[in-house]
Amino acid sequence: MMSVNANYPNYQGPVRDRVENFHGSQLVYVLWERHLLFCAPLTFLADPEMSFVDFLSEILRPALAPHPESEQLRFDEAKWRLDGEDFQPDLEKSLIDNGIDHKSQLRLITPWLSDLADAAI
Amino acid sequence: MNAKTSKRLNMKDRYRIMTRDLAWEPSYQRHEDIFPQEDFEGIKIVDWSQWEDPFRLTMDNYWKFQAEKERKLYAIFDAVSQNNGQMNVSDPRYLNAVKLFITAVTPLEYNAYKGYARVGRQFGGVGARIACQMQSIDELRHTQTQIHAMSHYNKYFGGMHDFPHMFDRVWYLSVPKSFFEDASTAGPFEFLTAISFSFEYVLTNLLFLPFMSGAAYNGDMNTVTFGFSAQSDEARHMTLGLEIIKFILEQHEDNVPIVQKWLDKWLWRGYRLLSIVGMMMDYMLPNKVMSWAEAWEMYYEEAGGALFKELERYGIRPPKFAEQTVIGKNHVSHQTWFVFYQYGHATAFNTWIPTAKEMDWLSEKYPDTFDRLYRPRFELLAEKAAKGERFYNNTLPQLCQICQIPLAITEPDDDTMISHRDTVHEGERYHFCSDGCRDIFHNEPEKYVQAWLPVHQILQGNCGGADMEKVIGDYYRIEMGEDNLEFEGSPEQRRWKQWKQAV
Repeated sequence: MMSVNANYPNYQGPVRDRVENFHGSQLVYVLWERHLLFCAPLTFLADPEMSFVDFLSEILRPALAPHPESEQLRFDEAKWRLDGEDFQPDLEKSLIDNGIDHKSQLRLITPWLSDLADAAI
Repeated sequence: MNAKTSKRLNMKDRYRIMTRDLAWEPSYQRHEDIFPQEDFEGIKIVDWSQWEDPFRLTMDNYWKFQAEKERKLYAIFDAVSQNNGQMNVSDPRYLNAVKLFITAVTPLEYNAYKGYARVGRQFGGVGARIACQMQSIDELRHTQTQIHAMSHYNKYFGGMHDFPHMFDRVWYLSVPKSFFEDASTAGPFEFLTAISFSFEYVLTNLLFLPFMSGAAYNGDMNTVTFGFSAQSDEARHMTLGLEIIKFILEQHEDNVPIVQKWLDKWLWRGYRLLSIVGMMMDYMLPNKVMSWAEAWEMYYEEAGGALFKELERYGIRPPKFAEQTVIGKNHVSHQTWFVFYQYGHATAFNTWIPTAKEMDWLSEKYPDTFDRLYRPRFELLAEKAAKGERFYNNTLPQLCQICQIPLAITEPDDDTMISHRDTVHEGERYHFCSDGCRDIFHNEPEKYVQAWLPVHQILQGNCGGADMEKVIGDYYRIEMGEDNLEFEGSPEQRRWKQWKQAV
């Protein structure tokens, strides 16, 4: 990584999205891989102490409901990746204890859901 | 005194006196105190007198030319409004391209005016200062004439009423806004490389031509006439863009790697910004001019390719990641319209599914991608809409830290996988849409950590609270049900039908 070339020394812009600015919550991004009806990964505001299972049932499932495959979606059979690594969530543990911290990106992978997969809907 | 001496100066003297002779050598202040931003970027200028003035124009002549152009332009505007020219457009959906222009492009003209006024103050050479001064005034004129061109439509159609306010706040307008603010907060040489060269010279045909030809194909007399009136200015701006780049490269070999890095950055930033033009051409124009892919081939691959060949002798290579733009040309317009369609409740214009005929045109223009990937999506959404379940995405998207576009663009080598990159800087994670955007961050992380990302700002509570209707209505000033949502069944469509029946 390089450094900015400014017209005075030690230029540093404010870090605008640090976790303190989210009033006790943190950001979690979720990408449902190869399911592009939602055009981009989703951004959620979540309590870092919320359990993973609550995150799934209270936040993620309602958000994905408009997708035509949402009814067949079973989280217990899904594969996950967290920030680029394979990830085995502990359902009862909190997001933060699962290693899901501020601005983490979770990927939901459901290769058996293929009815619409050719067009990656 | 010789009575035969002419009171008129000849052209050459006049030009010298009215341009270069306006400068003087300072005697009691140091050069670096007068021009404090000239050195910090590392650009070395050995001899400012080598600057070739691309405009060959003096201020008094400039006023004369511009005044003449204004007279003709405003005569047309008057005629259009007296003859209800808004009724001559091809289809009321066309006006949505005008709304996009006034909210996304016109404020850039205003920022260009401010940018050239600033950098024009910073150069040690008088030729560069005068060129920037004239371009600055041009940009202000373009801002003003665009507003006047579109003010007639504002009387009849939604979405245009609060364009400067929207430019500062609305989520998708942060894309052009952050693009220009990146340039405006750079040093003066980077600003000229970014705006005069990469944007005005390399990419301007991809912004201007689609909108102006689009206007001509769709019966929008005001925008076409504005386009003609701006054309000779644009030609001057392009000449300045080429001159500045050649001048910097010729001054010192140490300038070459610095300029190359800027060319890499600004081609990528410009390409991402032009995604909205691609979508406008392929989806928003009822009468199409050409496809985005064709435009990219003609104006970037062919014209840009020849240009970068010409710059090879200075040690310049084509911009990094240019090959990804060639792959992306078959995807980006579809992916962008798909974003706007599903966030159509938060747009200051209407959105819609292309008609069957339009989809056939897209199949023909995009044989490798449209039927395989995009037609099925639009057909699924058309089915939903027919059942009364028009799809609006009520979640918030993840945005790129640099271009601020939702991560909706796919990998260059896998068109069903979202392209995503990330990095950790001083313990904080940052996300990007591409290698190009991540590279830009890595080069200047202290600058981009402060990006004002609309989604994060909403979630921090800085946009009027957690209620999205309030964010859209009160904070953005998009009037719910008037300016936004689906075109089919919209008040705009209903009024159009009534007006047509009344004629």
